[in-house]
Amino acid sequence: MRQPFEIAGTTLTIHLPAEIDHHNAEGIQYEADRILRRKNIRRMVFDFGQTDFMDSSGIGMIMGRYKTMRFMGGTVIAVRVNERMRRILTLSGVYKVIDIYEGMPQRLNLL
Amino acid sequence: MQQNEMRLEFDSRSCNEGFVRVAVAAFMTQLNPTLEEVADVKTAVSEAVTNAIIHGYEGAVKKVAVECRITGQTLEVKVKDTGKGIEDIQRAMEPLFTTKAECDRAGMGFAFMEAFMDTLKVESEVGKGTCVTMTRQIGRENKFER
Repeated sequence: MRQPFEIAGTTLTIHLPAEIDHHNAEGIQYEADRILRRKNIRRMVFDFGQTDFMDSSGIGMIMGRYKTMRFMGGTVIAVRVNERMRRILTLSGVYKVIDIYEGMPQRLNLL
Repeated sequence: MQQNEMRLEFDSRSCNEGFVRVAVAAFMTQLNPTLEEVADVKTAVSEAVTNAIIHGYEGAVKKVAVECRITGQTLEVKVKDTGKGIEDIQRAMEPLFTTKAECDRAGMGFAFMEAFMDTLKVESEVGKGTCVTMTRQIGRENKFER
């Protein structure tokens, strides 16, 4: 299994688990913040490829990281977002501040 | 009319959140729900249970009870805690309002419960606890096409 936190240059990709709730959002939050403090990260990618459940704890986790990234002048995107996750991201308003992709944008590979 | 009930009581540990929403999802399968209906109910249950654990008990390990009742095609879910209760229910239910912004809480819990269920009722008494009652009719094509 690949590492959930992948750093390539200044891009941090977080391969999210199958379910994101209060229980595991805290762990992702902690590890992401630890990386942000130690490395120069300009772009954060949330990879929803394996995810089919997320509640508002996941939204809180994403918005918190978004605020940190924006403060540092970086960007945040969400990739491989399925229908269900799109609904959750839309309902919560996250789509207004974060670009959401169904697949994996090609440009990412060049970073 | 078909009727069925179940009750679960568990420790207010975050590791139980996944177990409880799956248990409720398994209980509702007798209504022959769509995948979307199951996902909606799971999300709402997760929100209510998380509230009980984070806000009701604030991390202390006590008991949370989840009661489900099926009447005809309607699923009713109650999530009860005996924690600190909610001072201002109306305010707590406002989208984006949270008392725990520092923990990266989105303040969307009740908004999600409202969005994914048909009805939502919140009863609470400070120092006594909170009971959230939600219902969802199962087997209707689309909640938004009525």
